[in-house]
Amino acid sequence: MKKRKPLSDSSDWSFSLLEAYQTEIARVARHYRLDTYTNQIEVITAEQMMDAYAGVGMPIGYNHWTFGKKFIQTEQTYKRGRMGLAYEIVINSDPCISYLMEENSMTMQALVMAHACYGHNSFFKGNYLFKSWTDASSIIDYLLFAKNYIADCENKFGISDVEATLDACHALMNHGVDRYKRPQKISLEEELKRQKNREEYLQSQVNSLWRTIPTQAEDIKQEKVKFPNEPQENILYFIEKNAPLLKPWQREIVRIVRKISQYFYPQKQTQVMNEGWACFWHYTILNHLYDEGLVTEKFMLEFLHNHTNVVAQPEYNSPYYSGINPYALGFNMFIDIRRICEHPTAEDKQWFPDIAGSNWLDTLHFAMENFKDESFISQFLSPKLIRDFKLFHIHDDTTESYLEIGAIHNEQGYQKIRTALSNQYNLSNLETNIQIIDANIEGDRALTLLYTPHQEIPLGNSKDEVLKHLHYLWQFDVKLVQKNLVDEIEIIAQCPPVEQKTA
Amino acid sequence: MTNFIDRRLNSKNKSTVNRQRFLRRYKSQIKKSVADAINQRGVTDVDNGESIVIPKKDLSEPVFHQGSGGIKDRVHPGNDQFSPGDKIARPPQQGGAGGSGQGEASNSGEGDDDFVFSISKDEYLDLLFEDLALPNLEKSQLDKLVEYKTVRSGYCADGVPGNIDIVKSLQGSIARRIAMTAGKRKKIKELEQELLTLISDKPDAISQQNKLKEEIRTLKNKIARIPFIDTFDLRFRNYKKEAIPTSKAVMFCLMDVSGSMDQATKDIAKRFYVLLYLFLTRTYKTIDVVYIRHHTQAKEVDEQEFFYSKETGGTIASSALELMIEIMDDRYSSNDWNIYGAQASDGDNWADDSPRCAKLLEKNILTKARYFSYIEITQRAHQTLWQKYQEISESNAHFAMRHIKSVDDIYPVFRDLFKKNTKHAA
Repeated sequence: MKKRKPLSDSSDWSFSLLEAYQTEIARVARHYRLDTYTNQIEVITAEQMMDAYAGVGMPIGYNHWTFGKKFIQTEQTYKRGRMGLAYEIVINSDPCISYLMEENSMTMQALVMAHACYGHNSFFKGNYLFKSWTDASSIIDYLLFAKNYIADCENKFGISDVEATLDACHALMNHGVDRYKRPQKISLEEELKRQKNREEYLQSQVNSLWRTIPTQAEDIKQEKVKFPNEPQENILYFIEKNAPLLKPWQREIVRIVRKISQYFYPQKQTQVMNEGWACFWHYTILNHLYDEGLVTEKFMLEFLHNHTNVVAQPEYNSPYYSGINPYALGFNMFIDIRRICEHPTAEDKQWFPDIAGSNWLDTLHFAMENFKDESFISQFLSPKLIRDFKLFHIHDDTTESYLEIGAIHNEQGYQKIRTALSNQYNLSNLETNIQIIDANIEGDRALTLLYTPHQEIPLGNSKDEVLKHLHYLWQFDVKLVQKNLVDEIEIIAQCPPVEQKTA
Repeated sequence: MTNFIDRRLNSKNKSTVNRQRFLRRYKSQIKKSVADAINQRGVTDVDNGESIVIPKKDLSEPVFHQGSGGIKDRVHPGNDQFSPGDKIARPPQQGGAGGSGQGEASNSGEGDDDFVFSISKDEYLDLLFEDLALPNLEKSQLDKLVEYKTVRSGYCADGVPGNIDIVKSLQGSIARRIAMTAGKRKKIKELEQELLTLISDKPDAISQQNKLKEEIRTLKNKIARIPFIDTFDLRFRNYKKEAIPTSKAVMFCLMDVSGSMDQATKDIAKRFYVLLYLFLTRTYKTIDVVYIRHHTQAKEVDEQEFFYSKETGGTIASSALELMIEIMDDRYSSNDWNIYGAQASDGDNWADDSPRCAKLLEKNILTKARYFSYIEITQRAHQTLWQKYQEISESNAHFAMRHIKSVDDIYPVFRDLFKKNTKHAA
């Protein structure tokens, strides 16, 4: 490779330098077949970064106190020096918006561009979850629509009511996701058009719950119709379509929160992969530039210093330990896949007969496009990496007075650790499994939800508070039930509480 | 393709609205925190904001989550001592090793500390004095108090040179010149046309041509003599007086600084006035504050001396009232000013003086003042002054008295005294 003149030798950045670096990074990214949305790189100040933080990844957010709370928290921790701000924030949109902080040095800006504008960006565009669940081209429009709609509602119906509705929706946000169905993509224009129709249509639909025309004798003989006829896991969707007393604008707000939740769902499922992919590429691209002589050794030292911090994994007994660092795990897994392809050992050939010795770039793209954290780990976590991380598995059964070591990084343990770690990233194990099983439309319209525990883990004690929110939306009795040890259904929470009803 | 956008100059306060929403939602908690804080404050740091403490549990946003218990399988890095099947003691439940992993981190991540943040001085004062107002102000406003304010009102032809409006004047000048020259210009055009035809038709008629030329020259001279600007063109900015209602008020602060007032009592009194002072300077623009401190003699002092002087002696409270009456007569006629008084004392007074105080207050002050408040700061039983004042308070709705025992009472009593209500005004 012929050596070229370095792009710059100072830590100061300028827009022309950013352009120059960007051009080179883009060239290398193309070389590695990274397919990205158009980049929109916005340079912002630290204060603006705090604003962006508070918006939890939404470049245009509707107004709500919870974002104010997040902003105050961020500001406080930042001012006390407890936390540095992230170097970048990147939005899954088309064009893909990335924020660069003006305080960053030239090296950091280059790192961030490689990481966000080419790493994350190509992940957003290529991964199957993002492809099928999110529509990057319409999200900005949709967020703008949501912001304006909610601001309109506040003007028409008062801040307090809108706030209460949003509070209730936020409490159920994690249960506003279609896990199996795939939403269709629509544009803002259509969205606006449909919103109007939907409002009227929905209101008319709800009336089936109110139907008072006497049923014919024939029908009564039939078995009581169960509604919903199948358990519903998407609580917000069920509320939007069926809550009898919600006003049209409240239904639209439920829908907005549900849509946003759905938009973020793929990000929750691909944290390790997404960060790992981005780290792998900033590492690979910048090293490539170094090999070409485009960046200096000084640049590389600063870069490596930061890179090492990001992908560091403290051990379980370190004071800095707070679970497995997704950056560390993801980065090392992608590096490891490349190693398996390029320099497979006998062990790799035994564990990964498909990919050992294959074209590493093909394999990496395949892995990025077709997996989520859970399946990615169960497919690609190698014994070597388990040894490198010295992973071990703890089995914690609350009924016992001790913890048991289930497996460690040895021949017998690899498979077990791989399965356990994969499960640790399985959202359906982490999030509570709660489904609507009955709405009793012919009686008191009480809503019944069933909690199915995973590995006998009980529901946390916030359940009563959440039920209050659900009750606010449904406006009739809400019950949360669980099957006990002898398979009987027992009520674990309800709203309004029983005491009040008898009194 | 890549676009770079420099957003650094965009507004950085995107979160302001959300911050306001947050303050709005937690107003009751924040107000409690503010009320607790006022009593912890020194006199001098009134210009600062305040840090607010809200219990974290009040702020939580509940979601369904997995509780503790059941069976949990976790993978951790960095094994240095364990073998499969080892049984180890359960570590204490607080983060760190073997504790909560990915799943619960978001719910219980930061522990149960209180949520602490700062509010600005303005936000602090807004919260501190919300719903408070100087009593009876509206009524007085309606009664009299009218002030004049000069406002712009169109243009006029007369005025002092300083008020000349150049643009308007020049517009007038152009209009006048056009009007005065239009006929002549038309004539010149006609003559010029005539001259041209003459030159082409009869090149020999020199004298006729000269005559035409002479006529054109005369007309042109006439046009040139029209002045560029005339006094007639001048326009002056016009002003008129407009009556605006004002709320001019004077607040008398009377404080006992005698020997019987120990440092703690003075401190409480000072804080009461600090609150008062903050309240006044914030709520009303045109307000005078007169500070009178007294022992056996009263003296009008400035703010600095009022709060920080060190004098001792006996107590004759009537001296302060007399001085107040004198100043009122001298400078603050009750026709022009809303008069408010606030007296702070530990209740010690010459027993013989108390009836005189009551009399002065009732006859000379309450007849003119809109509102007078008396706070007594003492741990002991009430003395003659309180008893005499009590008699007056029964018959005078615009006199209020309160008893303060400790520093903690100041703020509630203050709110009580100045809460917005129409009872007195009605």
